[in-house]
Amino acid sequence: MSTADTTPEKTRSSPGSMSSGGRRMGDSVFSVLSIGSGLLIFVTLAAVAIFLTTESIPAVVASQEFSGTAEFSLIEYAAPLVFGTVLAAAIALIIAIPISVGIALFISHFAPRRLAAGLGYMIDLLAAVPSVVYGLWGGVWLVPKLEPLYVFLNTYFGWIPLFGGEPTAPMRNLASASVVLAVMVLPIITAVSREVFLQTPRLQEEAALALGATRWETIRTVVLPFGRGGVVAASMLGLGRALGETMAVLMILAPGATFSLHILEVGRHNSIAANIASKSAEASGVDMSLLIFTGLVLFVLTFVINAIARWIVARSGPKS
Amino acid sequence: MSTPTDTPVKNPPALHRPRDERRLPWYHLVFTGLAGLLVAVAVLAVAGALSIASAILLGFVLHLLFGWAYSLVREGPRWATDRLMTLLVIGAFAIAMFPLVSLLWSVIARGMTRVLAAKPTTLAFWTTDMSGIIGGADAGGVAHAIVGTLLITLWASLISIPVGLFTAIFLVEYADQGWKRTLGKGVTFLVDVMTGIPSIVAGLFGLALFIAFMPDQSVRMGIMGAVALSLLMIPTVVRNSEEMLRLVPTDLREAAYALGVPKWLTIVKVVLRTAIAGLTTGITLAIARVIGETAPLLLTVGMVTSVNWNMFDGRMATLPTFINQQYRNGNANCMSDTVTNPVNQEVYACSISTNIDRAWAAAFTLIVIVMVLNIIARLISHYFSPKLSR
Repeated sequence: MSTADTTPEKTRSSPGSMSSGGRRMGDSVFSVLSIGSGLLIFVTLAAVAIFLTTESIPAVVASQEFSGTAEFSLIEYAAPLVFGTVLAAAIALIIAIPISVGIALFISHFAPRRLAAGLGYMIDLLAAVPSVVYGLWGGVWLVPKLEPLYVFLNTYFGWIPLFGGEPTAPMRNLASASVVLAVMVLPIITAVSREVFLQTPRLQEEAALALGATRWETIRTVVLPFGRGGVVAASMLGLGRALGETMAVLMILAPGATFSLHILEVGRHNSIAANIASKSAEASGVDMSLLIFTGLVLFVLTFVINAIARWIVARSGPKS
Repeated sequence: MSTPTDTPVKNPPALHRPRDERRLPWYHLVFTGLAGLLVAVAVLAVAGALSIASAILLGFVLHLLFGWAYSLVREGPRWATDRLMTLLVIGAFAIAMFPLVSLLWSVIARGMTRVLAAKPTTLAFWTTDMSGIIGGADAGGVAHAIVGTLLITLWASLISIPVGLFTAIFLVEYADQGWKRTLGKGVTFLVDVMTGIPSIVAGLFGLALFIAFMPDQSVRMGIMGAVALSLLMIPTVVRNSEEMLRLVPTDLREAAYALGVPKWLTIVKVVLRTAIAGLTTGITLAIARVIGETAPLLLTVGMVTSVNWNMFDGRMATLPTFINQQYRNGNANCMSDTVTNPVNQEVYACSISTNIDRAWAAAFTLIVIVMVLNIIARLISHYFSPKLSR
């Protein structure tokens, strides 16, 4: 690089100067490219929102609610799907959150220091497995294995509405899909919780230990209160992922369209994402538009959940 | 905890309270653990439901109970709770290892076997496609799906890497003041939003974008999949690259400016040069993430049985959608012992489980690709990053 002779030029040149045309050119090209890419992000997301909205308008216009004719009802179509999506994600979270917090605590506070990094990497491996492989594993391997558990729950705890109904083999029910979803969101919740737990002020922990607290008492009184916001945010991120996950539900769940609470019954539920994936191949016209409408609902749902998660992170972040 | 008080107490606590301070050595856990396991085996044997999994499961639950009770008697309630929680936390980790191990085992046991045992030659699974493979024919392969996956991922990368990298450069190098700062904040927010887009919505977007401008509503082609995937890939590339670019010391940039190097040259020769290892790692991980995406491709690229090299014409097969399709086909019907290929009149053996076997083998192939990418990313960051500290 010839640097010596350019120094005076650089100091002289003001933004509008033409003294070194080639160089300014390179700068402006680069700056235009960078700003252009930033703007492209805006344009892309605007395009996503616009396309999903405009393409779903035909379905809204043709629906019972809007046109008055009883051809099909938008709400009757979408509501069971939303119900199934939220129920599956909620059960997945109920399974995944305690386990994830346990793993995060194990890696951050219980495991020997030397092992901790390796164990964390093993949990990250779970996140690297493609979702379709989870679907295959869940459908072929896990579903038959869960059958005795479901029969047990149904026989002895059938009086709880959740486990009621009449489960029939093969158990392609919402519970199986939720178990696989739980495995898929586990690494996300674990990773975020682990980071938060590791940020606990060392002095507070040592103070608790010095006062004679056991390890669990230290965690309960210092680590968990400190990390609560982080765990909530991590769970919301996991929820966002579970709501939008397609393959695990598509490959495991036998679809239905009811508001049934019996998660062990087969052919009662379906999720938005799985419904789109299974119907899009044959759909066209208003049917396609209807699917895109449900996609828009899903988009808004996950957007709101993720926004809340980010808000919690931003609010609890600077304290550390 | 013993609490010291100012006033004299009626019954002063004994000076030596053995329960409160005595910790038992770790091997007592082995005793209680074995006891739990033995009782579990006995109970299950009586109930007639004995298996390794059920014994371990019930044994663990019983161990929670035994270990807690034992510790309560010998060590006191506080340490008993501590023991119980330690066991629960270890249990949580073990539960999470269970799906990982069982999944990898299934994929290797069923998938690798099929890949290695493919007829007529080993690894024929990776070099043949599915044209003319019907019914339960114990043949066929994923060459067409591998080509499709690699092509679509390549095009998605060609779209995402420049856009993502330049966005990251914008955020780190240009968005420092005035309207650019405002724009930068907006971009950061939108990248966050993009990270949360469900993959099926990305697929719908790819589909809606193209069918809005095409006369044929049922059009499906590779580039649609690449566009959908890049929607998922761009935010990952931006996030990873931004993080890496911010790690480059400001001193290096200022030194370059002081020597009169223009800004763009500083970015190319100094900033990117310094961060290259981190950038490559981040991009490789982003590729590894989208290469296994299924839902967008299900909507946008369809499925075929033979190799299609053209991204802009006709449907394409990919590994994830191939796995899904074979899995959905389920068990095959075997009317006779053999199946004849109508294209080249070859005769294959008939196997009921052939579709599921192919799905496992394709899953094995996909996981191998993902793992190789992950290892490459780790190697790059391992071998190239120390240059920073020189």
